[in-house]
Amino acid sequence: MTLLITVFAAVVATVFWYRGGAKDEMKISTLCYLYWGASLMWFIDAVFEYAEVKAEYFTPAAADMLNDSFLGFSVVALGLVIWLGVLLWKDPKGKWRRLPQTTNH
Amino acid sequence: MACFVVPAAEAAIVTIVNIVLEHRSKKVEAQGKALETAISADAHQPFYVKLKSLSKLLWGGSVLLAFEHLWHGEIQPFYPFLTAATDPEALSEVYHEMATVGTSMAAFVTLSWALVQFVRSRMVSAEPATVKVQDK
Repeated sequence: MTLLITVFAAVVATVFWYRGGAKDEMKISTLCYLYWGASLMWFIDAVFEYAEVKAEYFTPAAADMLNDSFLGFSVVALGLVIWLGVLLWKDPKGKWRRLPQTTNH
Repeated sequence: MACFVVPAAEAAIVTIVNIVLEHRSKKVEAQGKALETAISADAHQPFYVKLKSLSKLLWGGSVLLAFEHLWHGEIQPFYPFLTAATDPEALSEVYHEMATVGTSMAAFVTLSWALVQFVRSRMVSAEPATVKVQDK
């Protein structure tokens, strides 16, 4: 479930990246790298788990699935927080740097 | 248990190699040898630019996997970092997982990146070359 949620997040991020400009002003590529990197690694993890438990892999217990889903959404949230940090750090539109000037007087 | 350590280690090595290559490339450009890169900038994208995407992919995946291990209580934010480190039997299991799952993860990410770079280079080389004009 964690793999599935991360793959969906990676696909959505890639669509947004493709729709954005060539300059990648919103740094969507950061999200793509995070989610695709994790998806590829979890895919290998899934392959090893499948080799161990065979068909049982596709019929997880409800509690495990719930925990995995919760983990998946937490991973997506962490990815978004990292992306926001990168965006504000790089500040491609200069909004963060201009912030003190706009709040003065 | 600690499979993400292998891709993270590869990410660190790739980042160092990338920094060295970028530094060298900029040195060469500063000496006025940038003519080669001026012709069809996309087709002759410097290798360090391509390598940067591999390092980002590896770092990104490793960070999210580290979070998953923290979630499952397999790592902790203080020494000895791995919860299995105190038990020798569990530690040997960690090494085994790093050697099998971790190495496969690192190899799979690297192969996927290489495949994307190969397909992209074929697509770019199929396009007519363009000349980038540089201001002196």
